[in-house]
Amino acid sequence: MEKIIVCVKAVPDLRSVKVDPETHTLRRDSADLLLNPHDAPAIELAMRLKERLGVEVVVLTMGPPNASSVLRRVYSLGADRLILLSDRAFAGSDTLATSKVLAKALEKLSPFSLVLMGLKSIDGETAQVPPETAVLLGIPSVTNVRNISVENGVFILERVTDYGIEELEVAPPLVVSVTTKLDYIRPPSLKRLLKEREVEVTIWNAETLRLSQEEVGLRGSPTQVASVFEKTISSKGEIWEGPPEELSERLIELLRQKGFLKS
Amino acid sequence: MLEYPLTNEERTIKDLIKEIGEKYILPKALEWDEKEIYDPLPIRALADADLFGIIVPEEYGGLGLGVRAMCIAVEWLSYYCAGVSTTYAASFLGAYPIILFGNEEQKRIYLPDIARGKKLCAFALTEPQAGSDAFAIKTQAIKNGDYYILNGVKQWITNGGIADIYVVIAMTDPTKGARGATAFIVEKGDPGFVVGKKEKKLGLRASVTTDLIFNECRIPKERVIAREGMGFMVALRTLDYARCGAGAQALGIGQFALEVSLRHARKRIQFGQPVYNFQAVSHTFAEMAMRLESARALVYQVASYIDSGAKDFSGASAMAKCYATDQAMWVCERAIQMMGGYGYMRDYPVQKLFRDAKCLQIYEGTNEIQKNVIARELAKFVKI
Repeated sequence: MEKIIVCVKAVPDLRSVKVDPETHTLRRDSADLLLNPHDAPAIELAMRLKERLGVEVVVLTMGPPNASSVLRRVYSLGADRLILLSDRAFAGSDTLATSKVLAKALEKLSPFSLVLMGLKSIDGETAQVPPETAVLLGIPSVTNVRNISVENGVFILERVTDYGIEELEVAPPLVVSVTTKLDYIRPPSLKRLLKEREVEVTIWNAETLRLSQEEVGLRGSPTQVASVFEKTISSKGEIWEGPPEELSERLIELLRQKGFLKS
Repeated sequence: MLEYPLTNEERTIKDLIKEIGEKYILPKALEWDEKEIYDPLPIRALADADLFGIIVPEEYGGLGLGVRAMCIAVEWLSYYCAGVSTTYAASFLGAYPIILFGNEEQKRIYLPDIARGKKLCAFALTEPQAGSDAFAIKTQAIKNGDYYILNGVKQWITNGGIADIYVVIAMTDPTKGARGATAFIVEKGDPGFVVGKKEKKLGLRASVTTDLIFNECRIPKERVIAREGMGFMVALRTLDYARCGAGAQALGIGQFALEVSLRHARKRIQFGQPVYNFQAVSHTFAEMAMRLESARALVYQVASYIDSGAKDFSGASAMAKCYATDQAMWVCERAIQMMGGYGYMRDYPVQKLFRDAKCLQIYEGTNEIQKNVIARELAKFVKI
């Protein structure tokens, strides 16, 4: 088995994020960044495979320079090598442009047997990047996987669907997105936390990856965000007072008006 | 209320324990207590976090940190659940004899797995007729060629059945009294060694306490710790090191009790205002905080004293254990009182803390025995 690569995303802490008024994209460089919570199961499955197979686990992220802190966090969870894909030209990339950057980096890292990603990010919530990246690489992808084992050099995947669990056999290399819930996700290791600051983060930019400015970033993104608005929650509750008979009549009338009750 | 300057390692340990506590312990702690069940999940998390390696020397795969680092881990783990911290700390109690007195081969065999949390430890001294009077143990180990044959019963052994490595104190020569006992490493699955019934306890109910039964149990002579006859010395020194940990448990329990009851008193409205506004209440909290902080100061100071390489610290560690656990008991009792009926209800955590704290005054040497140790050490300061 060749190395396993986990692609993670540094997502803005919702308490500190701002939206760029012109591009309608998130200002990632000024926000406090966290590891996308949905990536934790992908890292956990990578670590379980590393324990069994003894393979190297490389972790990639595309993001601003401060995303290296998120990569260091993944080091404390057991990663062997950290690579940050960072270039001003990458800013504003949609899922397609992001997948192009990831695919280039993965090609550069090949051979690999498995690419693991979280099902989706909590900021974008598209779940598109894992399959898109696989298509660009010309390899299979399986989504929403909860368990991975290896038999005779082939991956056995348990995929969660609305109708039950699918078991698939797939020959490497492939891209897998991991379900958002696992029975157990390990905490960071104390030994690794104490070494976190000394760990080297390799940085690759557009030039390293031989990507032109047109292919990536806002220019390489067919997705246009038309507008972004803040959700306002207005909880105008009404309090009705009166005898129960009267109130129940009123309630039935309201439900009829709203179309919840017929006749 | 006081901020203690922590080393980088200690701060990292504290943050990591808090992360584990919030995620793997707090949501389940009341349920484990209520149902009296041991859940291996938080132990697995502590193992994956390398936290079983704190006191194991680096050359055997641990972090080689001291008693103070161990105390900080135990303190904050106890904040979330003293049952879980009892499983954790009791494993240190079983590991200390190997770390302190094991020979090179024993350390090489056992410590790497202990450091990684792959194997839990237990320490077995107490017997039905030998509690505070530890010298009254009756479990025998008779030498027979390259083996010792163990016969007897150990009682109230934390981690009984879930531990893989047991340090067992048994009499090799009853005629020699205090020099007649020997410490053995017994492994789960050794022939003639079985785990007895699980005890039903008042508190620390997420931890496992059982009898251990030895019936013609054959242990190779290579599993003797230190030398034949050194058993009580090994046991007492181990307890000297571990006692600070019991004190640290008291700090975590007391801290949680204080925080929960304080939050309640600031919010609970009676007579048109928060009950914290009444001096009878607020002064009680002031007293709770003073007792807790003085206990913390003592435990941290004694732990640092041991780490500084001090030789005679039996009295000091007895003080840390006795004082801190007595304060925790007092703080928990007052915390219930400050919450009134809510404190008494099993939906709220304070009654659990109260029951957990009680054990701390009893185990690892009752507080009465601690006072004997303190008084004995104290007497040495005046020559007559």
